[in-house]
Amino acid sequence: MKSAIILFPGINRERDMARALRLAGSEEPVIVWHKETSLPQVDLIVLPGGFSYGDYLRCGAIAARSPIMREVVAKAEAGTPVLGVCNGFQILIEAGLLPGALMRNRELKFICRDVHLKVESNDTRFTRQYATGDVIRVPVAHGEGNYFADDETRRRLDGDGRIVFRYCEADGSFSTEANRNGSVDNVAGILNERGNVLGMMPHPEDHVEPHQGSTDGVGIFRSIVSAAA
Amino acid sequence: MKANVTITLKKGVLDPQGKAIEGALHSLGFDGVENVRQGKLIELELPETDREAARAQVEAMCEKLLANTVIESYRIDLV
Repeated sequence: MKSAIILFPGINRERDMARALRLAGSEEPVIVWHKETSLPQVDLIVLPGGFSYGDYLRCGAIAARSPIMREVVAKAEAGTPVLGVCNGFQILIEAGLLPGALMRNRELKFICRDVHLKVESNDTRFTRQYATGDVIRVPVAHGEGNYFADDETRRRLDGDGRIVFRYCEADGSFSTEANRNGSVDNVAGILNERGNVLGMMPHPEDHVEPHQGSTDGVGIFRSIVSAAA
Repeated sequence: MKANVTITLKKGVLDPQGKAIEGALHSLGFDGVENVRQGKLIELELPETDREAARAQVEAMCEKLLANTVIESYRIDLV
């Protein structure tokens, strides 16, 4: 599988992302600078986490208007799978590839800790290696991950099975405490209508090897690699 | 021509920063204060001299970049 990782100024998670992809069986990912205007033919485009443009204006707002994003949007619309994690999720929303908005965390604090996610659907190219209902433990590290969407968008996302991950307790139950950033409906990750663009706030690339304390995140990368095979 | 763009969270969207400011004002004794909303101000200068054309340009900027209209509303003041 061939993949490309888009690099914006202020992004800092690209190496871990590349490592996670390699471990799951991807070829060495191509790193593409934001000023580029074209992408090689790849099976996956990744927007990793970080703090593009220092989070100026709104998180992801400036990066979403950079030259390479026209190509990313065109490829996404043509069906190429796209994964956005953390700041990458914010950029996908700002670029209009995913609906809603990511606002300041409910308690105004940067949250850096492990969270539990319920895999709400394994009927996606990003989650096929999990079972629906699985609970995975992965870290979050963000100040603005409070997902918001209007009622109609929420109903549509839910009805179409496009809410892929929800914040939950270790036993899979839902609570306000488990949903620390205040996201509507505990939303942690969503798919676009076509099913080829996934955005999520938590960092699966941080839990792919035993020394990281958990390998729960590796299933996402293995799913992507197996779907591309 | 200069324009000031004021961007605030829409009514109905929780503004935790506004709430925190409101709480701090109450603790300072400003008891009657309510509905505190925090926003941002963007000042810009345009070569355009026609007011209507300038307003249209700034509106396009707001829709495309300056505001996230899912959660934010904006007000344009030409000065």
